[in-house]
Amino acid sequence: MSDISRPLADQVTEFLSRRARWSPIEIAFWLVAASTIWLFPARHLILTEICIWALFALSLDLILGYAGIISLGHAAFFGLGAYAAGLIGKYDIIGEPALALVASGLAAAGLGFATSFLVLRGSDLTRLMVTFGISLLLRELANKYSEITGGADGLQGVEIKPLLGAFRFDLYGHTGYAYSLVVLFVLFLLARRIVQSPFGLSLQAIRGNPLRSSAVGIATNWRLVAIYTLSAGYAGVAGALLAQTQAFASLEMFSVERSADVLLILIIGGTGYLYGGIIGALIFRFLQDYLSTLTARYWQFWIGLILIAIVLVGRDRIAGWTAPLRKLADALGRWRPGRPSATGGKS
Amino acid sequence: MTILFDGIAYGMLLFVLACGLSVTLGLMNFINLAHGAFAMAGGYITVVLVNRLGVPFLLGLPLAFLFGAALGAVLERTLYVHVYAKSHLDQVLFTIGLVFMAVAGVDYVMGSSQQFIDIPTMLQGQFDVFGVRIGRYRLMIIVICGLLTVALQFILASTRFGSRLRAAVDDQRVARGLGINVGAVFGLTFAFGSGLAALGGALGAEILGLDPNFPLKYLIYFLIVVTVGGTSSITGPFVASILLGIGDVMGKYYVPTLSAFVIYSIMIVMLLWRPQGLFARASAR
Repeated sequence: MSDISRPLADQVTEFLSRRARWSPIEIAFWLVAASTIWLFPARHLILTEICIWALFALSLDLILGYAGIISLGHAAFFGLGAYAAGLIGKYDIIGEPALALVASGLAAAGLGFATSFLVLRGSDLTRLMVTFGISLLLRELANKYSEITGGADGLQGVEIKPLLGAFRFDLYGHTGYAYSLVVLFVLFLLARRIVQSPFGLSLQAIRGNPLRSSAVGIATNWRLVAIYTLSAGYAGVAGALLAQTQAFASLEMFSVERSADVLLILIIGGTGYLYGGIIGALIFRFLQDYLSTLTARYWQFWIGLILIAIVLVGRDRIAGWTAPLRKLADALGRWRPGRPSATGGKS
Repeated sequence: MTILFDGIAYGMLLFVLACGLSVTLGLMNFINLAHGAFAMAGGYITVVLVNRLGVPFLLGLPLAFLFGAALGAVLERTLYVHVYAKSHLDQVLFTIGLVFMAVAGVDYVMGSSQQFIDIPTMLQGQFDVFGVRIGRYRLMIIVICGLLTVALQFILASTRFGSRLRAAVDDQRVARGLGINVGAVFGLTFAFGSGLAALGGALGAEILGLDPNFPLKYLIYFLIVVTVGGTSSITGPFVASILLGIGDVMGKYYVPTLSAFVIYSIMIVMLLWRPQGLFARASAR
């Protein structure tokens, strides 16, 4: 496979395009996801929530799984997106929800860009402090300017126009779910394209070793700024989706609990392969349902217990338990009809 | 002047609360977000002792310290030990999990309302010194915390344990090579730091308030103190705490509507100015 006679650029191109190929499992996954629109109409509200969590976790995966930035305040962008979408809806600034969604995402991305320079300074600890501080700051802003944001009562009176001028957001969340799923899919495609580009590879190099990757000529800081901005935009879109489907935004959206929940979701699902957020969101939502029937008020306790258990057992070991499954998925992923095993040589 | 005085008292309190964190962070490069949980434990144990069992307040303080230290030692030996070698992400997940459990657990046992400690009348009220109104309780905080700071500085600078600790902070591997039992040093320091946090929580219940959300509410303060002050000495966190305390109290007094933003602005300015902390040395790591 890796014969030396071919020019390097060709080999790289082939390597990248092989990575980017769609496996049957992925296609099946999205087909199943799409079929839920018709299969489980009664479950659309909870499925919408899962979609939003998945998108939020996906945005965290971009910085944590691919660039290695630990954030304790990712909810800042989520909340900003939610309030942006809520305010746009309330004051009827942009009538079309899809455009409003884009605008909210851009607002969050703007904040991400502005704060990325603070985040990139210093160590993990400084990053924790800054990301946490920014989410607290935004929460405080939303709390203080209550004449605009509604303060502690949350943003009320949000009115969302029909989607594309045709589909009204109904009470059962049918429109909302289809809308969320489409947004998730489109943004997933974009993220998939990005992380499998040379840019995405360079991010992983930076995560591996920032010093060395800058030595081989990667503009470390700018790439981190770029991915942080993108991730903030994704989180903003997730928040905006929540605000639009629920016609509400509240201070809770900035909370550290939300930032920690999304971390947990991503850790459950696994970092660094984009599907982690989606799978994690599914598990998390059902877990949450189950635990809050046990003790509605103290379910945070169980979240804490799960976090500790995951760390003590070890994320690697948990990944080890599912390794046979993943190998199977890998094997299936490589298999293509009418072609003997696509990857002959090991890379 | 009164504001300055209050600010200093507040800053001293922050220092006692956070210095344990800065030492554990510097020593094992371990991010302990659950530090505030120990402070909360100290506060609640004092509430139980003083209000329900009738223990005198001044006796309650050292008991809170002992309780916090014991709790810290037990948790360090049973749980934390397994997490030292793991990545920062794992440490964050682990300690934030502890915080959630502590918050929900305290909520379950003690209820979610704010707790108050019965303070002896001797410590209530204010008196005037040259026109400066001084609260007795705050004066006591300054005295206790001041003495503690001096004692800490002494322990670190001139005892055998202190020099071992500093050696371990500077270069763990070499310290191990010289026959210093770094694990034991760390365990002791961790317990002591947790004890100090518990003492701070007990002292601070009056000023900072005490409810189950305490560890999350003050987490950002601890983080600021540690990042701004650096982890290489106790002077750094001390100065950082005093500055933060004064800044926060002044902010609350002069610009009450914007008070919450003052500390964040301090944080951002500090970070732009000295990204490695106020008193950072060239680190060995």
